[in-house]
Amino acid sequence: MSVAEMVAGRRAEAQRTKAENRALTRLTIGPSPWVRAGVLALLVVMAAIWLLPVVWGAVTSFKHEAEAALPASWWPSMGWTLDAYRSVLDNSELLRWMGNSLVVAVLVTALTVLISSMAAFAFSQSVFKGRGLLQALTVASIMMPGQILIVPLFKEMQSLGLVDTFAGIVLPQIVAPVMVFILKRFFDAIPSELLDAARIDGAGPWRLFWTIVLPLSRSILVAVAIFVFIGAWNNFLWPFIVTTDPKFMTLPVGLSTVKNAYGVQYAQNMASAIIAALPLLVLFMIFQRRIVQSVATTGMGGQ
Amino acid sequence: MNASSISTVPVPETGSPSRTRRATRARPGSDTASSTRKSLRERDKSGYVFVAPFAIAAGLFLLWPTIYGLWMSFTDQALTGTASHFVGFSNYVEALGDPQVWATLWHTVVFTLLSVVPLVVVSLVMALLVHTGLPGQWVWRMSFFAPFLLTSAVVASLSTWLFQPEIGLFDVALAKLHLGPVGWLSDENVAMYSIVLVTVWWTVGFNFLLFLAALQGIPHTLYEAATIDGAGAWRRLFSITLPQLRNIAAVIVLLQIIGSLKVFDQIYLLTGGGPNGSTRPILEYIYDTGFTNYRLGYASAISYVFFALILVFALVRLVPTRKES
Repeated sequence: MSVAEMVAGRRAEAQRTKAENRALTRLTIGPSPWVRAGVLALLVVMAAIWLLPVVWGAVTSFKHEAEAALPASWWPSMGWTLDAYRSVLDNSELLRWMGNSLVVAVLVTALTVLISSMAAFAFSQSVFKGRGLLQALTVASIMMPGQILIVPLFKEMQSLGLVDTFAGIVLPQIVAPVMVFILKRFFDAIPSELLDAARIDGAGPWRLFWTIVLPLSRSILVAVAIFVFIGAWNNFLWPFIVTTDPKFMTLPVGLSTVKNAYGVQYAQNMASAIIAALPLLVLFMIFQRRIVQSVATTGMGGQ
Repeated sequence: MNASSISTVPVPETGSPSRTRRATRARPGSDTASSTRKSLRERDKSGYVFVAPFAIAAGLFLLWPTIYGLWMSFTDQALTGTASHFVGFSNYVEALGDPQVWATLWHTVVFTLLSVVPLVVVSLVMALLVHTGLPGQWVWRMSFFAPFLLTSAVVASLSTWLFQPEIGLFDVALAKLHLGPVGWLSDENVAMYSIVLVTVWWTVGFNFLLFLAALQGIPHTLYEAATIDGAGAWRRLFSITLPQLRNIAAVIVLLQIIGSLKVFDQIYLLTGGGPNGSTRPILEYIYDTGFTNYRLGYASAISYVFFALILVFALVRLVPTRKES
């Protein structure tokens, strides 16, 4: 496909979306320009309220420390500065924690998607003894709030020698029964003729899994991966319990420990908050449609 | 970006003609005629191999801690000591008589009661407003959902700064109106409301997306028919949109209640359970008992009391929905 064709395709899609949105407007609130203006005004006000704290934090982060400690003002009278960012990046271990978070989130995502899709494939496409029991256990464990397991899980990690290791942070997070359930429902919808035909053709289970089931399930796999990644990147309680050494802390845990060390340095506080928030916000701006879709499909257990 | 294309349930993309053709071609000599679908699947014993990694991980990090924690709750296990003794139900007896258990449980329930209604209602309003298809779809979705992408520590930093006595944005704004200052996080009567406020701002975007996806699943023909019948915008909202959302709203409420009961991060980071223990949730009490006072056995017992409550609630709530559907 040439660039020109791609641009044309994009433009056509944008046109289609616009037309759909116009149709939607007509169907939901009708043609009245006053109603439309009213709804639009409400949207603007709510969006402004929702963005305000972040914008406010960003403004503070560009202030001089001396001014940040003065009563709140929107416009810095002492001028804009990058001092806060400089000292945060120089002094704190922010970048290391960010790296840790990235490693942890990527590992959790890759392992969760792999073992969940394998289990879902087995539940969906194989017949084996104990399948019913395992499946029932998996569905039942969706109800289990992981938070109440912190005490025995920590003790277990202690005896396995996994406290203050990446394995200790990652492994308990890769068990996601709800994702197995979602993927199984998706795999169930793959036409069985397709799989049976491949079986007759002599394809083994691994071939079926890698060359038919997974490629057909790209959309749901991406959805699950995005959902798991956001959760792992932001997870606080478990990494907080299983790490005491700053070397292994993830971003949320590390940030929570420096809060007091900074004392009243608001500009630096805000600078590290903004740096910590950036990766996911940027990802969201680029992949908004995908992320919205993945939350919508996985957020409710695929209902 | 495409504004109106959140499909709720993705469908397998079975559009790979070459693969299909190759797969359907039967190999000569294979006994295709006698092979029914069932026998093909039954001959496949790979299920164990595929389920093994998940089963082992779940066994190690979900099932075992569940059993181990239950065992621990009947012992006087400490974090450091090695020897522990079986103490029967005495941890449970102590938990039921412990005023801190009841107090923190109460804070958790209060937080849940205060947060669920706005988290569902505000997200519904947001979704309805965005679903009108008015220009700026990308911006609206971004603004409402972005806070959900922030980690709890960032949310805590931002809101501590907003709530800062005297110099924070809220107190400065109130002072301009000759009001305040308010002890947002330091006044026992206010702190819980401040935490709820932060929580609504932070997590409402998630429910917003769930509602939005559900709205996009409503067939346009319903609206078209209603318009032809002369139904106005309000009538369409109350007679089509809201009734169509009933089931999804019930699920969101249930998920939100269970989510709110598990509150920990923002309270721990914003007030540490204070002032004067007035916001401390049950999970923080479990954490404190286990990791500050080193009483793992007792902490496990409280965990199970809490788990039993969640379970009872979830089952009670699930039974009527099953009947309806």
